Amino acid sequence: MKVVTANRLQDGAVVYLAPDNSWSERFSGAVLITDAEAQDVISVISGRVREIADAYLIDADASGPVGRETLRETIRSAGPTVRPDLGKQGERA
Amino acid sequence: MYRYDEFDETIVRERVKEFRGQVERRLSGEITEDQFKPLRLMNGLYLQLHAYMLRVAIPYGTLSSRQMRQLAFIAREYDKGYGHMTTRQNIQYNWPALVDTPAILDALADVEMHAIQTSGNCIRNVTSDQYAGAAEDEVEDPRPWCEIIRQWSSFHPEFSFLPRKFKIAVTASEHDRAAVKVHDIGLRLYKNSEGRTGFEVLVGGGLGRTPYIGHVIRDFLPKEHLLSYLEAILRVYNLLGRRDNAYKARIKIQVNAEGIDAFRGMVEEEWARIKDSGVDLPREEIERIRRYFAPPPFEKLPRESTAFNDAAASDKGFARWARVNTVAHKQPGYAIVNISLKPPGKPPGDISDEQMEAAAHIAERYSFDELRVTHEQNICLPHVKKDDLYAVYQSLQAADLATANIGLASDIIACPGLDYCTLANARSIPIAERIAERFSAAGVEDDIGELKIKISGCINACGHHHVGHIGILGVDKKGEEFYQITLGGSGAEDASIGEIAGRGLSSDEVIDAVERLVDYYRANRQDGERFLDAYRRLGLDRFKEAIYADAQAA
Ligand code: SF4
Repeated sequence: MKVVTANRLQDGAVVYLAPDNSWSERFSGAVLITDAEAQDVISVISGRVREIADAYLIDADASGPVGRETLRETIRSAGPTVRPDLGKQGERA
Repeated sequence: MYRYDEFDETIVRERVKEFRGQVERRLSGEITEDQFKPLRLMNGLYLQLHAYMLRVAIPYGTLSSRQMRQLAFIAREYDKGYGHMTTRQNIQYNWPALVDTPAILDALADVEMHAIQTSGNCIRNVTSDQYAGAAEDEVEDPRPWCEIIRQWSSFHPEFSFLPRKFKIAVTASEHDRAAVKVHDIGLRLYKNSEGRTGFEVLVGGGLGRTPYIGHVIRDFLPKEHLLSYLEAILRVYNLLGRRDNAYKARIKIQVNAEGIDAFRGMVEEEWARIKDSGVDLPREEIERIRRYFAPPPFEKLPRESTAFNDAAASDKGFARWARVNTVAHKQPGYAIVNISLKPPGKPPGDISDEQMEAAAHIAERYSFDELRVTHEQNICLPHVKKDDLYAVYQSLQAADLATANIGLASDIIACPGLDYCTLANARSIPIAERIAERFSAAGVEDDIGELKIKISGCINACGHHHVGHIGILGVDKKGEEFYQITLGGSGAEDASIGEIAGRGLSSDEVIDAVERLVDYYRANRQDGERFLDAYRRLGLDRFKEAIYADAQAA
């Protein structure tokens, strides 16, 4: 399965495509899509240039990013591991 | 200190205005990211893992208190309360919003700073010795020459689209604190046997994927010809450098492919052509710029300070800090103070807005209003009276800035790595933090002595791992972080590229391996021998054994 992720244009924040086609700041709000759908979705999404700086697909399941880029994407979804007060992990409290 | 002239001011303001328009057009969707990206990069704005990142140039590392306060203001107002000092004497903000960037650039322009030429294939921020104008061993202050290069290279039409980025470093001391041998061009001011001062010019050094130590292209260049000679080098590079392959586009590849003699021949030929064509600055102009860097009004003081000696006798912590973090000054009664941005367990090079304010305040009060940022990601106060050292130390302590570890094992260079950087293979900062904590907790740093550990999160080598006495490179093995150790590198006057010590290690293994390397050194060193010298004497194999001895069992 895949998830569409991007950096939001205004502030660069990491966002995920949500089921209602909006952007979620949390991985938990992301919509899982099948590998077969992925290319179509990303090409449509890439047209939304006013919202995001870039968009790409990551391998994921319901629990979070998986596969080769797990660490990178986990850090993106949480924040720098050396500053637990910053990024999304810091906002959670 | 140099102040912008009207020309600089106008051009920087215009660039901000232009960028504001570009940001608006991007936000309205009028231009796409592909169109916008080169424009934002030209203004130092990158996109990293979590957010945008703004890289601001600190020309030759010199800052006034006013500028430092403005950097603090930006960190507080537009970022998350801190900045990161880089190995190129830049400061990076990790969380600026795109919409705020024009305002940040305006705030920078208010204090004669900018983010221009901190990205792209142009001549980047000129770097120098952080002790310039203060070092006991320098022949003269190198900064007027840095400033001359800065003015010449800023918006240089011919050199704005080079095959690849281009970095120049300048030193004027025997002891090289600016790593001139690993720059595209390295310049060392020295006095020749006839008593004339000029530049030794090195070319083709660099780190990254293909590390090289620079070659001497000219033993002695009369100072007044600096710009024409640089122009000749850049022109040969610009015409013949490879543009077909980014990995082969740096001047080091060209120099090493052609051979230094052939390359020198082309440069000399070009130089002969342009030498007298008005590229070099007239003497009056050089003098005018030099006057901006006139020494501050030092007091005539005795070499020794009673106040200092008394304080050092009664406060052990101060005595140690003074021994480790201060350096002899050329002016009697003064010292150079290093402020470490490497408290063990914290990200190397990070400084909070409050600490910036504190450092600015201390510099204003005790160091003629001047600060320097160093390529080793620390700060320095160039001109402090020995009589004031104790007061400075106490003020630094109050701001959590009194870590005493300059040049020691916990004074580690580390790039942002996978905690921030999109290009990273592995994290750098946690490795630096853990190594620093281990050595400082064990209380063995003073015994280990000078040890340069440098960590990069990928082969781009922003953390200068190739020239670490112990270098650590993050690599990715099937999605897992691994670390490769290199040994015996140096970025100083005895420059060398470290040798790869073998297979990659996990993050836990690498911490233990570094400790074993140091144990091996302590057990086998001769009197007064640094880690690097012991390594050079004993060789790779013996140290390699130390690394892998237990790692295999684990
Ligand atoms: S060395 Fe690599 S990981 Fe580190 S900052 Fe440079 S590009 Fe990023």
